Amino acid sequence: MKGLRQSSPGRLLLLVPLGYLAVFFLYPLASILNRSLVVDGWIDLGAFRAILGDSYYLGRIWFTTWQAMVSTALAVALGLPAAYLFARYEFPGKSVLKALTTVPFVMPTIVVAMGFVALLGPAGIVNNLLTAVFGLDDPPVRVMNTLAIIFMAHAFYNYSIVVRMVSSLWASLDPRVEETAAVLGAGRWRRFYHVTLPLLLPAIASATLLAFMFSFTSFGVVLVLGGPQFATLEVEIYELSAKLFRLPLAGALAVVQLAFTYLFLLLYARLQQRTAVSVELRPRAMTARHRLRVRDRVFIGAMVVYLLLLLSPLAALLVRALTVDGGFSHAHVANLFSNEHGSYFYQSPIAIAWNSVRFALATVAVSLAVGTIVAYFLARSRRGASALDALLMLPLGVSAVTLGFGFIITMNRPPIDLRGSWLILVIAHSLVAYPFVVRSLLPVMRAMNPNLREVAAMLGASPTMAFLRVDLPIIAPALVVGATFAFAVSMGEFGASLLLVRPEFTTMPVAIFRYLGLPGEANLSSALAMSSLLMVVVAAGFVLIERFRYRGAGAF
Amino acid sequence: MRLIAGIEEPDEGSVAFDGAPLDGVPPQSRGFGLMFQDLALFPHMDVFGNVAFGLRMQRMPRADVRQRVSELLALVNMAGYGRRRVDELSGGERQRVALARALAPAPRLLMLDEPLGALDRALRDSLQGQVRAILKEVGVTSIYVTHDRDEALAVADRLAFMDGGRIVQTGTPEEVFRAPADEFVARTIGLSNVLLGVVRSSGESVEVECDVGILSATATNERAFRPPDSVMLIVDEAGIKVRVAGALYSGAVNVLTGVVMDRTFRGGDYGLKLRVGDSELSASAGHGPDGAGVRPGDDVTVLIGPGAVRVIPLC
Repeated sequence: MKGLRQSSPGRLLLLVPLGYLAVFFLYPLASILNRSLVVDGWIDLGAFRAILGDSYYLGRIWFTTWQAMVSTALAVALGLPAAYLFARYEFPGKSVLKALTTVPFVMPTIVVAMGFVALLGPAGIVNNLLTAVFGLDDPPVRVMNTLAIIFMAHAFYNYSIVVRMVSSLWASLDPRVEETAAVLGAGRWRRFYHVTLPLLLPAIASATLLAFMFSFTSFGVVLVLGGPQFATLEVEIYELSAKLFRLPLAGALAVVQLAFTYLFLLLYARLQQRTAVSVELRPRAMTARHRLRVRDRVFIGAMVVYLLLLLSPLAALLVRALTVDGGFSHAHVANLFSNEHGSYFYQSPIAIAWNSVRFALATVAVSLAVGTIVAYFLARSRRGASALDALLMLPLGVSAVTLGFGFIITMNRPPIDLRGSWLILVIAHSLVAYPFVVRSLLPVMRAMNPNLREVAAMLGASPTMAFLRVDLPIIAPALVVGATFAFAVSMGEFGASLLLVRPEFTTMPVAIFRYLGLPGEANLSSALAMSSLLMVVVAAGFVLIERFRYRGAGAF
Repeated sequence: MRLIAGIEEPDEGSVAFDGAPLDGVPPQSRGFGLMFQDLALFPHMDVFGNVAFGLRMQRMPRADVRQRVSELLALVNMAGYGRRRVDELSGGERQRVALARALAPAPRLLMLDEPLGALDRALRDSLQGQVRAILKEVGVTSIYVTHDRDEALAVADRLAFMDGGRIVQTGTPEEVFRAPADEFVARTIGLSNVLLGVVRSSGESVEVECDVGILSATATNERAFRPPDSVMLIVDEAGIKVRVAGALYSGAVNVLTGVVMDRTFRGGDYGLKLRVGDSELSASAGHGPDGAGVRPGDDVTVLIGPGAVRVIPLC
């Protein structure tokens, strides 16, 4: 049977993603290793010794780790109550609220960072309000360039992961298990502690790991909000490679970071497998509470306010971009389009947005092609699947800056010289994006009954027809989800783009960062306007995703 | 059951146990046991952990918990399975673990919601007897919900029939068989040949007009009928004789004509489905010439002995 289904032309298809990975992922990675390890043809651990023997770098490693731990703990604490809300209650506007809760996770880091600037920055909404009300001379809230704002931004960015992953498992838990515990004498809290919590643990652990990994490799947030004294490993790699050109040192640091993230990724994969088997899942409709008591209504109301409050940085960004001195104005937007100083570097925002959009569309095309093939093989193979899985998902664990760094040192000479080409950006983006396509498709493809295809064959459909008429309609919603993810990832990609982008191919996140780096009110205003624009484009994509979201297991 | 257990609150009315109202008492304080159809075993605990859960909630000392769990596992024939994972168990084993878990805290009342519903026929048959034996041995008052009449008869001392959320009849199986409260109960308990009609006259025999015509039944001393009482007739299958149409049965009562719709071989005899008027009747036919002779589609004469017709008043 197996031989029949996976004939050799079918297997050859696997060479496409494997070749793509080998050239554009493993080769740059190997080059980083080579740069940091090999000197004059000899293995030299000097760069590693320099890092591990230097208290400054050890300090950076430690700082990166503990700030990620605090950020993650905050995200979990923020996310769990909301997960409970979405898992166990039905109320009007639930789907809208749920979509809104997803927004932070898909927002580009630079937009999130700008949201916090707009809310809590020296000229942010909170400070403007406080100075106006109390007639102060100086802005009273000073959180810029502090650890607090990094924690806040990371928690904001990651709590939606916790909500998504935990609520989908929670909603699938058989409520009768809890009811049985109640009848057996367990009160509210003991029920949660002895029954619900242990059952949710795999999802909580997965979400925690993912949130930790994102906080660990955080770049944009730390760069924009933290300032130089709070450099994480990712920021340090960027500084060393792009600014100081100390490539062996940057390479060694990238390898250290890679070792950490891959360890987390392995743990994550292990946990995901465990989630898949141990719990009996129930259709959601059956699990939601139906009758609402007063207590429930109060809880729902409080949670709605709480979740909307969590979104305040994004709202603040929009408000700041559209107001001047408390009144509605399109001055910031107009400013974006003007070049009053006649700067040589000025680029029209339309050209920049068009860059971002076309790179994103190209990224979607590449990611869908590669991701679909990978998901197809992962869904079918049994033995060796986890090894293949780990290899193909490896790019998820490599930080964007590392990837960009690898591209810089490999794609600059024949046989592959992509220095002047926009293709280099699309390739980098699609490496970051295609694992999302795979993760979206895999649950659907795994769940698909293989008999369906056989039935189609019995009814006279050729394999091509069977794919078009049976497989494709079933996976179509997941494809849309994957494509939207890829689009959002590409639109928001910052770390690799910052290293790779040429002035004529400037993307929106890079432009925002450039505006921020320039002094003056006009540039801040441009950054705000551009961030809002980016936010709206990405949010529009995710209105789509909620409509098409496959009602299966979570899509990560 | 969810109302009795306290998982849901009644919109109106109240639940009382042993005279004491249970309004506002949370499920964990009621001291009841509940077993769902899907069993709802705790997937993250082993067999021992499941059975011990209720005891631990009572903060029973460790040694006593161990003692009680092994007693219960022995009771349900699962001794030595304590360390097994729940998902390693077969359907019947899981069912017995769930029963042991529900029984462990010695509930005042045990509720079982179609506990055997998910099992296949053969397993269900063997477990019905075991469940009854275990419940009898423990001596716990139990409410057992089922859609299966054989299961109900195999397990229960008393039956209660629910129709549209209301209890229509309670009683021992014998009482219910003797006098089903209405057509629903009669059909649920497995009586076929249930006809509704109106008494036309009564004396030595009761004449009832129903779908198939006028049937006469032997009067009993239990109850007198008067026209125009509404009644339900239950015709015993064994009292129906089926003959090929044509012959005359002068002087006999309850002579009807019908068509054979279907004939199935039942081992000892044939089961016949007859259409008489607008009603369908079940009858049997032996291997003899009369039985084997009638085939689906045949017109037949149906003879119903007055002694085989029971008349049951409807209120």
